Amino acid sequence: MSDAGFDEWLHAFVADDGYYVECANGHGHLPPRRICPDCGSTAFSEEALPESGTVETITTVHVAAPSFESDAPYDTAVVDFGPARVTGIVVDAPTGAVEIGDEVEPDVGASETTGDDVLVLRPV
Amino acid sequence: MSGVRVAGVGLTHFGSHPERTGRDLFAEAALSAKEDAGVPLDDVEQLNVGNFAGPLSEGQGHLAPLLGEAAGLSCPATRYEEACASAGVAVREAVRTVRSGEADVVLAGGVERMTNHDTPEVTESLAIAADELFEVRAGVTFPAAYALMAEAYADSFGIDEADLKTDLANVASKNHDNAIPNEYAQYQRELTVEQALDAPPVAEPLGLFDCCPITDGASAVLLVSEEYAADHDLDAEVAVVGTGQGADRMALQDREHLARTPAADDAAAMAYDDAGIDADAVDVAEVHDCFTIAEVLAIESLGFYDPGEGLGAARRGETRADGDLPVNLSGGLKAKGHPVGATGGSQIAEMARILRGDHPNSDKVADAEVGVTHNAGGTVASAVVHVLEVAE
Ligand SMILES: [Zn+2]
Repeated sequence: MSDAGFDEWLHAFVADDGYYVECANGHGHLPPRRICPDCGSTAFSEEALPESGTVETITTVHVAAPSFESDAPYDTAVVDFGPARVTGIVVDAPTGAVEIGDEVEPDVGASETTGDDVLVLRPV
Repeated sequence: MSGVRVAGVGLTHFGSHPERTGRDLFAEAALSAKEDAGVPLDDVEQLNVGNFAGPLSEGQGHLAPLLGEAAGLSCPATRYEEACASAGVAVREAVRTVRSGEADVVLAGGVERMTNHDTPEVTESLAIAADELFEVRAGVTFPAAYALMAEAYADSFGIDEADLKTDLANVASKNHDNAIPNEYAQYQRELTVEQALDAPPVAEPLGLFDCCPITDGASAVLLVSEEYAADHDLDAEVAVVGTGQGADRMALQDREHLARTPAADDAAAMAYDDAGIDADAVDVAEVHDCFTIAEVLAIESLGFYDPGEGLGAARRGETRADGDLPVNLSGGLKAKGHPVGATGGSQIAEMARILRGDHPNSDKVADAEVGVTHNAGGTVASAVVHVLEVAE
């Protein structure tokens, strides 16, 4: 499956060129977006996402959906990058080791179950 | 504007009925609502039915006319889909239709068939209630999303992990106690706080008994105008006096609050305003406890507790059957079961029974006059709240 806007956004992390889109009034979002849900603006620019973000909440998933069955247990986290938040799977750390408030950086990894690209988060 | 009365309610047993089709389940609930109401099927002018995963679980789209046919109806029929709030929306639109004077008799409810698939498949089909691009592809299951909210809640309000888990286990235990006498409930059995705490983890801090089960079932509510009830001498003392609905960003990452549910705040404010009451007037509540933390967020959104204060309510006994404000006397989604698209209708059915006095737990709230139902979709990207009152 190919999803215009999303796929480009995800793969930009491979080259360390992660970005978000910002509306004319400074509201940050993840693409694809045509209309800012905060203000209705339709003018967007691509802006660089900060290199690292802060874990805002995190859980260890033990019972996964079939598409992540072999990955379980794994940690998934919502990470605040300032202008936008991103959700991803934590790698390079034992499950439960990363906590709220920790710094992580985004990258593209693969699901162990399906091989599909996933957004991963690596402790800084 | 016409007043709206609950003329009759019908439920199937909530539980595991893998061999029973959705149409059969719904027909049973509809038939029992009709018999409860004493209203002929020919008088039903509209069917509103909630369903979430029918196209996935039964390979069946275009469900509404099929369910109408199964229920013996020959009237316009529409399916409402709003994840776990599907039947809540179906009821809300029925209330609005009767109020507008467009119809005097509307059947609303819902149905879900879930146990014909195994747990991983159900986990996958429930996950579609989350944001597919930004959550499902990041490994977020439905329990994981609520676990993220639970951890954010503990962090926001300075609660340590052990206290969080204990207070959540008390919610599960309370709702199991309430389900014991309810003949429609999936689990009519006790669950101790210790058993809940010892359960295998699903998505931390949530264990197996923090999660509602996988359930088949159907609900039906026959709503009529006050005039119709009077003209036909119906015994319909419970009125729907308030309805409200709210929405929020789909993905948790796009929400202002990860530990609060503003969609439910908005739905409650709208429903209370509509009913001309405030939270203090509520005697009893049925809330959407798909996960134990969801009940905590619900009782805060409904205005019974300030943010951060609802967590200990079950442990302190306040929301237990013998407390000041009993919550989920039916057993809730946790113990009664959660056939996703039927749940919102079953909350109305249970609340009507509680207020009429013919629910097995009615004697716990013998003087109750005002009840509230809270039905949430997904991680509360949508919410529907209703206020029911004993009218005469
Ligand atoms: Zn904007």
